[in-house]
Amino acid sequence: MSMDIVKTDNLVFEYIRRDDEGNPVDVTTALDHVNIDVKQGEFVGILGHNGSGKSTFAKHLNAILYPTDGTVIVNGMNTTDDDKLWDVRSSAGMVFQNPDNQIIGQVVEEDVGFGPENLGVPTKEIWSRVEESLRAVGMLEYRLKSPSRLSGGQKQRVSIAGVLAMHPKCIILDEPTAMLDPSGRKEVVRAIRGLNDVEKMTVILITHYMDEVVHADRIFVMDKGKVVMQGTPKEIFSDVPALKALRLDVPGPTRIAWELKQKGIPLPDGILTCEELVREIEKCR
Amino acid sequence: MIRDITIGQYYQTKSVIHRLDPRVKLLGTLLFIIALFTYNNPVGYIIGIIFLCTVIKLSHVPFKFITKGLKGIILILCFTVLINLFLTPGTPIIAFWKITITYEGLAVAFSMILRLTMLIMGSSIVTLTTTPNNLTDGLEKGMGFMKIFRVPVGDVAMMMSIALRFIPILLEETDRIMKAQLARGADFESGNIVKKAKALVPVLVPLFVSAFRRAGDLAMAMEARCYRGGDGRTKMKPLVYKKRDAIAYIILFTFVIVSIWLGRWSVITDFFRSIYMNLFGCPL
Repeated sequence: MSMDIVKTDNLVFEYIRRDDEGNPVDVTTALDHVNIDVKQGEFVGILGHNGSGKSTFAKHLNAILYPTDGTVIVNGMNTTDDDKLWDVRSSAGMVFQNPDNQIIGQVVEEDVGFGPENLGVPTKEIWSRVEESLRAVGMLEYRLKSPSRLSGGQKQRVSIAGVLAMHPKCIILDEPTAMLDPSGRKEVVRAIRGLNDVEKMTVILITHYMDEVVHADRIFVMDKGKVVMQGTPKEIFSDVPALKALRLDVPGPTRIAWELKQKGIPLPDGILTCEELVREIEKCR
Repeated sequence: MIRDITIGQYYQTKSVIHRLDPRVKLLGTLLFIIALFTYNNPVGYIIGIIFLCTVIKLSHVPFKFITKGLKGIILILCFTVLINLFLTPGTPIIAFWKITITYEGLAVAFSMILRLTMLIMGSSIVTLTTTPNNLTDGLEKGMGFMKIFRVPVGDVAMMMSIALRFIPILLEETDRIMKAQLARGADFESGNIVKKAKALVPVLVPLFVSAFRRAGDLAMAMEARCYRGGDGRTKMKPLVYKKRDAIAYIILFTFVIVSIWLGRWSVITDFFRSIYMNLFGCPL
C-alpha cells in the first residue's frame, strides 16, 4: 500500500474578524472538520462552489494558512512544524489562479528556475530540471520567450513547470483554469493529466468545472467548509440531483444521460464521456 | 500613448558590448562619468568622444536610439547652459542691459553641454545593451561587498527585477482602467493642468488597489515556491568573468588613466612647476 502524501485529520479553520480592541466580532468557519487523504500517484479532484472552502483547503497544504484545529500532514510532516516549513512547501507545489501574479521571471526559463534557485540547487542541475519540466508541460520551445507574450494557458503551463522543477511530491492546483478561455483550459487540463499519467505525479486539482475532474481517481465535493460527497467520478456523477442541489454543473454527457433516464430510457448511472454515452445509447436500440 | 514610456529600454542585437559582463559595463559607466568631470582641456573631451564613439560603433546600436535618451534632458541642458552662460564672472564678450556673457561662461557652458550629453549617451549604452535581468544581477554581484554593512543586496536586487517585470503589466492595467473610465464619461484631455491632474485620481486609485492585490498574490506565490530571502540561493545564470571582460577592464582603465592625465594636463604641469619652483627657487 502506498503511503499518504497528504492527510488531513479533522481540519478546522476559522477566519476571525476582530474589532479595534482585538476582540473577535465575527467568526466564519471556512473549513469544518475536513478529512481528506491523497495517496502517492493519485489524481484527486476537489470540487466546490465559490465560498465552499476549497481554496482555503489548498492553502493549508502549502503551509500558507495554519489549521485552527486538527492537523495537516504533508509527506509525513506536520505543516505547523516551523522547522519543516520549507520542506513542506517544496514537497507540496502550488499553482495559483492568476498566471500574471505568480510568474516572477522575465524569461520563461528563468521563471522555471526560480524555485530550484530558492532551494539552493546547483546551477548545472537547475538547467536540467528546467529543461525536463518545460518538456513535461510541452513548453520547451518557448523557453526564451517573455512571459508577457504568452497566452493565458501557456502562462499557466509555465507556472506548472515552475512548480515541477522543485521536484515536489505532489502538485496542488488552485483553480488554475478559472481565468482562462476554453482553449486555454483544455491545454492546461491536458498538461495536468499528462503529468499524472506519464510522470506519475500526485495531483490535487481544485476547481468548479466538473468536466476537468472526469478522469480523476477520486473526487471530494465541498460545500460550506464540509466535505459533502466523496468517491470515484462515476459514483459522484451518478447523483445528479445532489450535485444540482449544491449548485454544481454536471458534465454535458452525464446530464444528457440523466435526463434521458428520467424520460424512461434505460441508461446506467454515471456516464462521464461522450463516447460512453454513444455506446450506451447504441446498446439500447 | 502610455506605452511610449520606455524605461531601461533594451536593444536586442549581437555585439561584444552586449556579451560583456554587466559588472564591467556598470563600473565602466561610473569611471567614464568621473573622468568626464575631471577634464579641463579639449584633449580630454576629444579622447572621451573617441572612446564613446568606438563603444557605440562596437555595440551595433543605431545612433538615433542613443540620442533618443537626450530628448528627456533637453530642458535641464538648456537651463544649465543659460545659468552658466550668464552667471559666470570673467572677461565680458557681450554686455547689454544687466546681462553679460563672458569668455569663461561660454567655456563652462560648452563643457557642460559636452559633459551632460556624453554622460547620458554613455549610460544609455549600458541600458541599451544589457537586459534588465542582467543589470540587476550585475548590481547584486557588484554591490556584494555591501553585505558586510548588513545591506540585503540580494533582496534589493530581487525587488528591482520584480519591479521591472511588472512595469508592462501595470502599464497595461493603467490603459485598461483609463479606457474603463473613458467609457463612463471621464475626460482626461481637456482643461488646465490642475484639472487634468485631478482627472487622473479615478485612474490612480484603482491602479494602486490592484497593484497591492497583485503584490499580495505575488508574495504568496513566491513563498509557495520557497523564496526566503537572498541567502542560500543559487543562481541559474551565475555571472562569470570571461577573457573578454578582462580585456575590457584593461582597455577601460587605460582609457580612464590616460584621458584624465591628458585632460588635466595643465593642472598636472602646474603642479610639477610649483614643485620645481619650491625646490629650486626659480621658474622652469
